[in-house]
Amino acid sequence: MSETGIGARVKRKEDHRFITGKGRYTDDINLKGQTHAFFVRSPHAHATIKSINTAKARKMPGVVGIFTGDDIANDKLGGLICGWMIHSKDGSPMKAGPHPVLAQGKVRYVGDHVALVVAETKEQAKAAAEAVNVSYAVLAHNVDAAQAMKSTAQVHDVAPDNRVFNWSLGDQAATDAAFRSAAHVTKIDLINNRLIPNAMEPRAAIGSYDTGSDHYTLYTTSQNPHVARLVISAFHGLAPEHKLRVIAPDVGGGFGSKIFIYAEEVACVWASKKVGGRPIKWTAERSESFLSDAHGRDHVTHAELATDSSGRITGMRVNTKAAMGAYLSTFASCVPTYLYATLLSGQYNIPNIYAEVDAVYTNTAPVDAYRGAGRPEATYVVERIVERAARELRMDPAEFRRKNFVTSFPHQTPVIMCYDAGDYGATLDKALQIGDYRGFGARKAASAKNGKLRGIGFSAYIEACGIAPSAAVGSLGAGVGLWESAEVRVNPVGSVEILTGSHSHGQGHETTFAQLVSERLGVDIDNVSIVHGDTDKVQFGMGTYGSRSGAVGMTAISKALDKIEAKAKKVAAAVMEASADDVEFNNGTFTIKGTDKKMAFGEVALAAYVAHKFNSSEIEPGLKESAFHDPANFVFPAGVHICEVEVDADTGATEVVSYTAVDDFGNLINPMIVEGQVHGGIVQGIGQALTEACVYDQESGQLLTGSYMDYCMPRADNVPNFKLGFTNTPCPSNPLGIKGCGEAGAIASPAAVMNAVTDAIGVADVAMPATSLTVWKAMQPMRKAAE
Amino acid sequence: MENFSYHRPTKVADAVKAMKKAKDGKYMSGGMTLLPTIKQGLASPTDIVDLSGLKNAGVAVSAKSVTIKAGTAHADVATDKGVRKTIAALAQLAGSIGDPHVRNRGTIGGSLANNDPAADYPAAVLGLGATVHTSDRKIPADKFFTGMFATALKANEIVTSVEFPLPAKAGYAKFPNPASRYAMVGVFVAKMQDGAVRVAVTGAGPGVYRIAEMEAALAKDFSAKALSGIAAKAKGLNSDMHASAEYRAHLIAIMAKRAVEAAK
Repeated sequence: MSETGIGARVKRKEDHRFITGKGRYTDDINLKGQTHAFFVRSPHAHATIKSINTAKARKMPGVVGIFTGDDIANDKLGGLICGWMIHSKDGSPMKAGPHPVLAQGKVRYVGDHVALVVAETKEQAKAAAEAVNVSYAVLAHNVDAAQAMKSTAQVHDVAPDNRVFNWSLGDQAATDAAFRSAAHVTKIDLINNRLIPNAMEPRAAIGSYDTGSDHYTLYTTSQNPHVARLVISAFHGLAPEHKLRVIAPDVGGGFGSKIFIYAEEVACVWASKKVGGRPIKWTAERSESFLSDAHGRDHVTHAELATDSSGRITGMRVNTKAAMGAYLSTFASCVPTYLYATLLSGQYNIPNIYAEVDAVYTNTAPVDAYRGAGRPEATYVVERIVERAARELRMDPAEFRRKNFVTSFPHQTPVIMCYDAGDYGATLDKALQIGDYRGFGARKAASAKNGKLRGIGFSAYIEACGIAPSAAVGSLGAGVGLWESAEVRVNPVGSVEILTGSHSHGQGHETTFAQLVSERLGVDIDNVSIVHGDTDKVQFGMGTYGSRSGAVGMTAISKALDKIEAKAKKVAAAVMEASADDVEFNNGTFTIKGTDKKMAFGEVALAAYVAHKFNSSEIEPGLKESAFHDPANFVFPAGVHICEVEVDADTGATEVVSYTAVDDFGNLINPMIVEGQVHGGIVQGIGQALTEACVYDQESGQLLTGSYMDYCMPRADNVPNFKLGFTNTPCPSNPLGIKGCGEAGAIASPAAVMNAVTDAIGVADVAMPATSLTVWKAMQPMRKAAE
Repeated sequence: MENFSYHRPTKVADAVKAMKKAKDGKYMSGGMTLLPTIKQGLASPTDIVDLSGLKNAGVAVSAKSVTIKAGTAHADVATDKGVRKTIAALAQLAGSIGDPHVRNRGTIGGSLANNDPAADYPAAVLGLGATVHTSDRKIPADKFFTGMFATALKANEIVTSVEFPLPAKAGYAKFPNPASRYAMVGVFVAKMQDGAVRVAVTGAGPGVYRIAEMEAALAKDFSAKALSGIAAKAKGLNSDMHASAEYRAHLIAIMAKRAVEAAK
């Protein structure tokens, strides 16, 4: 292994740039002649637009142009799309309502985009936006997923009962039969609270049209610029792909919310032509981010678990209502279906599973993938009900899980997924040891002496990532394939440029991808640069989400490196006058078997470009290769997380006092970065469990948690130091043996925390987020009984 | 955000003069509330009179009192050796306000003049029976706070310093709002040199207020036990998504006990 190769804890190459303020984010870019945009947004949850009067606003200082839904319609600019077709149980396609780039006749949530004001400065645009006079007729609204199908507020004409689809997975008859013969049935009702992503960098876009070349450029905060170009070209119909360049430069966090194609970026690039080719910049204010970024989660679920007399799980039934918000966002429909119900088997051998999901419209911001996307929701259902079942059966929650673990692989679940590798028992053992499970009783007693109620909770999660085999997801309704591309360019001096379709917005690809090259070619990571995020540089790519950039993106690079090695061997053989079969390549040096002849990688690269020493009709000059990789299967990271909380018996204030996470991510490229991903994910999950709630007011439909004064992000003092461990069953479906680590922490932790909270205060359920108020209320019946 | 005229006088009299001339002026000390309010478009003053030019900051400790000039930042109160020695609870309170940015910019004068119902300082001022010195007069704490964001300050009047009598014992217990870290309930308890006890509550109601029943019980016996069975009234308390009025009332009783236990 090279010192900067696979498995090395090298520091992140990109961090010097970021921590010295030299990152180059969309808002840092200023183009010649640039104008500024501000959006007029709906103040109502649901209303028809009677009229939009822009006359006064157009006369305001600095105004360059004002555009409304009529302009969008006149230009026949297509609406925003949802790229995953879901069919209901009855075979009917999902009911996708229109989602125009600027509202046409109706607004459907507070923050819906109504008009675009372009001015010389942002302040002028904002002032003119306030002067746009929109006359609304307010309609009845509904913001609650549980009420959507009964509500008189109809969000879209195509869906009279607000139901987008009624989808199911699994064998209902067999599952019902399992319940009829069950010795015990455990039931649970859960709400998976709606979350606001809160990436550190707000969304931003600069749209620019070149009148000379008839060519558009869009700078945008995207996790997948090529997909953005494809959608804006093919569905919005703005321009053919060769006349549209999308650049996603440094992006400051996404968590899923920057996968999607949003109205604002489409509007800016479209309107640039309307203002004579002047670039238009838009940067979201933080309050706009709260209102208009796609939110996450928002499920209402009833679940049941059947067990036999020996404590083996025999069946599971799940019924979920999933809010989609007012419109179907780019990948919204796959989140509560194929990214959710397919994981309901957890780490367990469950012979019968049946899940039914109603996706519903509500008068809220759209809901789409957010760190984990469906898998946190599934894990929350599985791990809460399994814990409850263990408590009802008076079995140790660790041993109840162990008894039901899948132990042989491959394992075909009843819900599509085929788990390829794992050792769940070993992972559990390691977690019990690191978390000192045996010492819990003593710690609980010590807490009690301080007036604190201590509880412990497990979460044995599994997730499917490395998204995804193209043909498989195509058969399930995906509109795109989910392969990845890579190009390896070796320069004549032996330095290397990697062009990747993956996109880094915090993951550290500039380091980890370079480590792969370092390992394979024996060059230092400082001699490797990673090029990404520009459709003019990288031919095509599917971007970064679903913990796919390691398993899929790096495998594509690995395949291109295979080709580089093969080509370089031919060159080395020619130069050293040997047979290519006799060339060996190790640690950056080519040697000829049985001789002392050798050439360094850089020498071979130079020889490839100089092209003096080989027959160019047999070997092409140069050293550049590309590859596409389509994964054969999802990858299945799994682990056991154990959380301990202390609840202040007087106030209900809950503190996470111990957190153990043992994860099996297969082989690790950079353990330091993996640990950082786990830390961040756990903190996000603790945020969901204890502090974060996106709350819309039922009466007014307004977002009550529209700023950090009310929306409570977790902070350093909300979390303890984490105890991490790893196990390793290498992934068999990719040559690197890696799984994915980006989402696991957020997937596992909410259930672990809430199992600990319910254990601490001895109640069956507490709703997330378990704020001090919520926990105090939950303790009241117990308190009254004690008095 | 609208444009405004900016003034930075160096004398109190000039500050008052500038304010009198302004059509709709605002004094600004640290600006920790005013500036976000302006940025959000919730206030559009024609003039801002920045009081930082007065250079009116600093702490003076005497045998009877601690006097803090109005322009003193929270961080400077929190770390002041004299305050920590004489009224530790006041230093602790100042150190619990907001975040490091707020503590290094925000001032005691600004906090008191603003009188946010969830601010910390009003609890100490009322709890210790401090005297607020202004450009015109001296106002006792019991007369200073008149309601939500309301004080006895007249138009153009400027807080210049606050004089805290040294207590025999004082304690502050705060239950912060998890998101904003303002006091959801904060209780300041002080036993004065003459044996009188004051209990002031912030964050729970429309403004800081005292609880006579707790004061009477603690005057007889300054211990947490003395507060057993004394429930704060929920009626009239704030109720929001973070805490219902009933929960706030419950927290007042708990925080009062903890303030007494912490008092030194």
